[in-house]
Amino acid sequence: MGVGIEVRNLKAWYGNTEALHSVNMQMGANQVTALIGPSGCGKSTFVRCLNRMHETIPGTKVEGDVRIGSTDIYANGTPAVEVRRRVGMVFQKPNPFPTMSIYDNVAAGLKLNGFRNRHRLDEIVEKSLKQAALWDEVKDTLKKKSGASLSGGQQQRLCIARALAVEPEVLLMDEPASALDPISTGKIEELIDELKANYTIVIVTHNMQQAARVAGFTGFFLLGTLVEFDKTEKIFTNPSDKRTEDYITGRFG
Amino acid sequence: MASRALGSGSQPISWTRRLSNSALTIFAVVCSILVIVPLFAIFAYLVIKGIGSINWAFLTQAPKPVGETGGGMGNAIVGSGIILGVASLIGIPLGIGAGVYLAEYGRNWLGNAVRFTADVLNGIPSIVVGIAVWSLVVVTQRHFSALAGGVALGIMMIPTVSRATEEMLLLVPRTIREAAWGLGISQWRATLSVTLKTASAGVITGVMLAFARAAGETAPLLFTAFGNQFWSFNVNQPMAALPLQIFVYAISPYDDWHRLAWAGALVLIILIVGAVTAVRVVTSRGMMKGAT
Ligand SMILES: Nc1ncnc2c1ncn2[C@@H]1O[C@H](COP(=O)(O)OP(=O)(O)OP(=O)(O)O)[C@@H](O)[C@H]1O
Ligand SMILES: [Mg+2]
Repeated sequence: MGVGIEVRNLKAWYGNTEALHSVNMQMGANQVTALIGPSGCGKSTFVRCLNRMHETIPGTKVEGDVRIGSTDIYANGTPAVEVRRRVGMVFQKPNPFPTMSIYDNVAAGLKLNGFRNRHRLDEIVEKSLKQAALWDEVKDTLKKKSGASLSGGQQQRLCIARALAVEPEVLLMDEPASALDPISTGKIEELIDELKANYTIVIVTHNMQQAARVAGFTGFFLLGTLVEFDKTEKIFTNPSDKRTEDYITGRFG
Repeated sequence: MASRALGSGSQPISWTRRLSNSALTIFAVVCSILVIVPLFAIFAYLVIKGIGSINWAFLTQAPKPVGETGGGMGNAIVGSGIILGVASLIGIPLGIGAGVYLAEYGRNWLGNAVRFTADVLNGIPSIVVGIAVWSLVVVTQRHFSALAGGVALGIMMIPTVSRATEEMLLLVPRTIREAAWGLGISQWRATLSVTLKTASAGVITGVMLAFARAAGETAPLLFTAFGNQFWSFNVNQPMAALPLQIFVYAISPYDDWHRLAWAGALVLIILIVGAVTAVRVVTSRGMMKGAT
């Protein structure tokens, strides 16, 4: 089941540069939220703060509160590893493990956390690959081909399957479709629609039609601030902020 | 071919450029031949000089006393195996461990110190390592031993293994590490099972390089493993090793021993090449090839 996300006064730095300025946001359980905004406005930085990935870059800093369900993920004593187990991530560029087979790529999250039940593992790998609409293309070469031997679009779907296999509660997707053809993109959008029954999803996208198609809520970022956050319909038909309107009507960005 | 294709364009390529182009190509070819020729010459010479003395007795018997003909280097072959085994047990884990530390956590004063030490260690003459181990291990134990020989060779393997490991790990892109962390895999598990695995082909090359170098070392064994005319399987006793035995035979005044030295050198080379190839084959099986 998905859980809600509550972000309060979130600030993030790279060295001395503040990349996020006091972001406040509430995302309901099992909602799909799209994040839009021009390149460099802090979308990736924001989602990387939701699974404590930001802090892995040397010299960075985070301030503020993020609650995933009832867990304050930045509280002392909350292990980052635990947070990342519950908050899965699909990255902007596909990053399969190049020396592992397709099967091992999908199973990695479970296997490397000590999961040993072979039979269950087979089932989970199959289910995850089917959910990511990749199963039919790879089912005959699961253990023979490496993750790196797939096409870019297949690699991205592999990464989605890998994230789903650990059954997180929240799924962060940073432009998951930017390397995909229209057909794979369509499949991923269908997938997102199915997944929201079980997951809370945050998706970064440059494609406003996509945001309109998949997301119930949309947030618009500009220069590290969350300018507007509302129902997708409202954002695209009747935004309250002039800057949002300018962006979605293509007047800049 | 290429120059003709280009030349058929609107601007013909000048004859000076074509000349310098072919001159450079020829130069490169000559250089690569010059690199290969000595290697093949050495190997061919070893085969010519040594092959005649290699037989079953040579491979399975210990040396005969002076004056008697026959005998072999069986004990030295086994001894080299044991000493290199001890060396690998020390050098490979320590080298890989240090390499992992340098690559993943080594951007601090300790990392710089380790890196500097490894480079210095790499440059120290092997005989000096032998003397150091003699004073540390042999003197305290009060006798020569295969163990001391293994320690000396193991120390010599460390810098090569650690620098190779570090460099190969640094070639693994950050996005691969992030993928592992993103799945909630702990840092050390991600390092071992993802980053190191991704870099394993290069790390194994470094390990084999270090192993092959150690296998041929004589100086560090002179006053550690010391050598032994008899069979010994006890790591706490002096033990024969191929390079030592070759050295002893080569500087002896007897023609028969000279022939055995040549045969020993040939066997040593074949065993090293064999071991490296075997490791390659075994490790490339069950490992996925992929762009790193
Ligand atoms: N590793 C880093 N080191 C320093 N600054 C960074 C780093 N990553 C991002 N930044 C800066 O932080 C700001 C926000 O970047 P971010 O990657 O979050 O943008 P984005 O909205 O995801 O852009 P895009 O749509 O192009 O992916 C940018 O100004 C960028 O230059
Ligand atoms: Mg981004």
